[in-house]
Amino acid sequence: MARGPSDTIIALASGSGRAGVAVIRISGGGSAALLKGMTRLPTSGTGEAGGGVSRETSSTFPRPRHAVIRTLHDDQGGFLDEALVLWMPAPHSYTGEDVAELHVHGGPAVVEAVIGAALKTRLCRIAEPGEFTRRAFDAGRMDLTQAEAIGDLIDAETEGQRRQAGRLYQGEAARVFEGWRGLLVSAMAALEASIDFPDEADIPGEINLTALEPIEALAVDLEAALGDAGRLASVRDGFRIAILGPPNAGKSSLMNRLARREAAIVSPIPGTTRDVVEVRLVLAGYPVWVADTAGLREAADAIEAEGIRRALTRAEEADLRIWVSDASDVSRETSSTFREGDLRVLNKADLLNGDSPPLAGSEDVFVVSARTGAGLDPLERRLAQIVRDRLETDEAPLVTRARHRELVEEALAAIERGLEGARIGIGAELVSEDLRLAARALGRITGSIDAEDLLDRIFSQFCVGK
Amino acid sequence: MITNTFDVIVIGGGHAGAEAAAAAARFGARTALVTHKLSTIGEMSCNPAIGGLGKGHLVREVDALDGVMGRAADRGGIQFRMLNRSKGPAVRGPRTQADRQLYREAVQDILREYPNLTLIEDGVEDLIVEHDRVAGVIGQSGRSWRAGAVVVTTGTFLKGLIHIGEKRIPAGRVGEAPAIGLSDRLYGLGLTMGRLKTGTPARLRSSSIDWSGIEMQPADADPIPFSFLNDRITVPQIACGITWTSAEVHAVIGDNIHKSAVYSGAIAGRGPRYCPSIEDKVKRFADRDKHQVFLEPEGLPGSEYGDTVYPNGISTSLPEDVQEAFIRKIAGLERVEIQRFGYAIEYDYVDPRELTPDLAVKKLPGLYLAGQINGTTGYEEAAGQGLVAGLNAARFAAGNDPYILDRSRAYIGVMIDDLVTRGVSEPYRMFTSRAEYRLTLRADNADQRLTEEGVSAGVVGSKRREAFHVKRSSIDAARERLQSLTLTPNEARAQGIHVNQDGKRRNGLELMGYDAVDFAKLRAVWPELSDVTPQVAEQMEIEAQYAGYLDRQEADIVAFRRDEDMRMPADLDYRAIGGLSNEAKDKLSTVRPATLGQAARIEGMTPGAITAVLGYLKRAAKKSARG
Repeated sequence: MARGPSDTIIALASGSGRAGVAVIRISGGGSAALLKGMTRLPTSGTGEAGGGVSRETSSTFPRPRHAVIRTLHDDQGGFLDEALVLWMPAPHSYTGEDVAELHVHGGPAVVEAVIGAALKTRLCRIAEPGEFTRRAFDAGRMDLTQAEAIGDLIDAETEGQRRQAGRLYQGEAARVFEGWRGLLVSAMAALEASIDFPDEADIPGEINLTALEPIEALAVDLEAALGDAGRLASVRDGFRIAILGPPNAGKSSLMNRLARREAAIVSPIPGTTRDVVEVRLVLAGYPVWVADTAGLREAADAIEAEGIRRALTRAEEADLRIWVSDASDVSRETSSTFREGDLRVLNKADLLNGDSPPLAGSEDVFVVSARTGAGLDPLERRLAQIVRDRLETDEAPLVTRARHRELVEEALAAIERGLEGARIGIGAELVSEDLRLAARALGRITGSIDAEDLLDRIFSQFCVGK
Repeated sequence: MITNTFDVIVIGGGHAGAEAAAAAARFGARTALVTHKLSTIGEMSCNPAIGGLGKGHLVREVDALDGVMGRAADRGGIQFRMLNRSKGPAVRGPRTQADRQLYREAVQDILREYPNLTLIEDGVEDLIVEHDRVAGVIGQSGRSWRAGAVVVTTGTFLKGLIHIGEKRIPAGRVGEAPAIGLSDRLYGLGLTMGRLKTGTPARLRSSSIDWSGIEMQPADADPIPFSFLNDRITVPQIACGITWTSAEVHAVIGDNIHKSAVYSGAIAGRGPRYCPSIEDKVKRFADRDKHQVFLEPEGLPGSEYGDTVYPNGISTSLPEDVQEAFIRKIAGLERVEIQRFGYAIEYDYVDPRELTPDLAVKKLPGLYLAGQINGTTGYEEAAGQGLVAGLNAARFAAGNDPYILDRSRAYIGVMIDDLVTRGVSEPYRMFTSRAEYRLTLRADNADQRLTEEGVSAGVVGSKRREAFHVKRSSIDAARERLQSLTLTPNEARAQGIHVNQDGKRRNGLELMGYDAVDFAKLRAVWPELSDVTPQVAEQMEIEAQYAGYLDRQEADIVAFRRDEDMRMPADLDYRAIGGLSNEAKDKLSTVRPATLGQAARIEGMTPGAITAVLGYLKRAAKKSARG
């Protein structure tokens, strides 16, 4: 069938693969007909359980939002599966349309057979990725930030991501954005009142700098939220650790130990790792990217030189750096770029024959053997603690998406221009223009902006009218 | 075959009707203005003033499109004041009080100048409707006239009902009968209608006021005309008084508030929040112990209305005895004689979402509405709509496309877009804060924004066109000269202008962006600029002062127009668009937006709904392209 936004769509809503239960979701105007066909009910008439007949039988259409057991059949009347069926008529459903959910047994063959039979009726088509959420958003069932959060929730692999997306979905972020916009509208109301009602005894005639005080505070909040954005991006996209050090210090071996698999080629030949190799792991419930880099030394050839350049770039971008050196030969250490907060790993402890290497015992210096795994536990514990300390907070995450970030930056720039203007004494209409642009930018995050807001505010605050 | 007597008939002789008739006539339509009383054409039923903030912008725009109001105000204005004179040019609002007689006469004189405009005295009782379009009007006298298009501008006359205390009098204005038949016709068309209310204060005898202790507010020393065609005001200027209510006054009102028509529940219609009755002010702002009252003479001394004062700020629907009691407690009014008592008036209005942006009724081709019937308040709002409705009625009768002003071009466009997109919940009044492109849409540049457009729309006469072309060339010439004259930072410093010593040459416009530099300063540097007129010099100063902001706003306007250029088919079936909530479908079907931009401005419309509509339009366009 031709693709259109009004088609009835079907898709497996739960994860693919073997599972106890698989949930198939159907949404759109044809859901009822499809459900009737598959449960062998007459397709004409309402078929719904009448108000007086409260008993649920297999020959009635499911009552809205009541779980019932139904046998699903293909178009030939063949048995597909026995399923738990939920009927959620419009508009009170996820998408705002008629929605049916079929909870079937979770084998891939069952799912394939049920969806295949549904498609064969030509009453529906397979949903495109994200189409259910898109319809929910289009139907006004959620605002933009919530729709985006659904995507994040579904994608959430770690506990940290889940909590962050959950907060966004519950509209906490939207409330904060709206709160910020509310402050701007209030300040504008004071400016606009002095512009539109200059003859009113109730209204101060000149720019009221005290009306802008909350905006000064707002600018600080926006800056903080943008600064915070780095942390939140880490929650979304992963905390980045770079492993650095001289050639053949065992960086790749260490990474493989952390990743518990052979992600990087390990060899005793110095300079084996010429590019940045990354593995992804979960520490303290957060996604972490660990990058193994080329050993830092005077490069032997152009390719290695490029590898070293990339290693240094990665070191710059990383949230945490681990410097690895050979415990038996710390003299080769390139400590010139060592920074406060970096970790130091003295590798090849197994070759020390019991000698204590220099620096051992200091905080954030770990003596390990990547080869035997000795000393790795304290290192992993310390890494998890650092990740947790840096990423975890009880505050609501705000600016997590590039789209939000751009708009908050736009708002902040306009606010700063307006505040600076007010300080040097430009006209109220120009300060107000900047605040309007800021409010509009913030309004765009959640999708609302309204000039009526402003007049409402003015009329409730001031007695105007000659 | 029946031939039409007229191309356009305008019903009503208020500020909307006068502009509508004049605009249709300027377009070249055979036009008739039918009103129950020719002598009240151009009457100021309420406050004797024209202009103000936002409103002054509207008057300048009406004038830029060669309308009546600005010219009439220049002939009738007796207290010109530029409001917000100390603030930026975008928010300055020209205003004048007017001598009611002079103003009314000026309007009538101007209307008589149009040879193709006939003034007819008759109350209109009904419309002639044939083949699902309007074909003329029927008068109370039994006469009827046929026309290609009809503009209804009946103000508060549609089922008008005056309230004074418990008294209710059917009337359009004091002593003038309401229009009942026409209202029934509009209901009969199935239009969504409602009730609104407004109010007016008592009128006072000036000679019975004790002016001795009253603070006076004079007119500006250099009155600036409304009309771009006038360079000076010759009418004598007067001052008005400012007095205050007191706790004692509020006590009288508070004790009797149950007798007010508004508070007894007798009035169903909603009144404007920005023009509250004195009862409202006392009740809603109980913490204020005084409110301002402007004492505005309604005419020059010795003239017809010279002894009448309009007390601005105390509109009321309290019974006569209470009005007299509280007014006489106001400082200076202790022995005042009341000429006419204040009242509230309720009237029918048509939900303006029944209209397209050319002010045509969607359900009856050929019918146009303007003014208070569309839920607005104010002479200026009425005039702006009247001009657009009259012009479009004439264009319709002649088979031309509608002429539409959008939000980025004019306050008139902002107003009409607000009306037809969002409807009204209280009488709609213009404010500068309604215009998102306020820095661009200024009173001072209305002619530069609109006159040329008006020429192509067919609503601007030759005299104004020529005057405008002269002004525009001198502005262009001045701008070019300022751009070519430059100073280095060192040269600037030598002239006392301090700029960054960055070695960059700055031209005249850039130099005027500095606070301390105005056109006079440049004239001192370059004496050859001395032939630039003050009006042109002012335009250059404003352009320089707003430079960065205007650029940003221009970028905004470009984005705005992208959505405005996305036309929505008039017969679009919103039910067929998938992914739209029923609520969104209902709203879109009610408003039937002309453009995607308008659709997005409908109250409660979500970005998601707009995306769905956009997607549908794009698919439809692709389909029709494949054909």
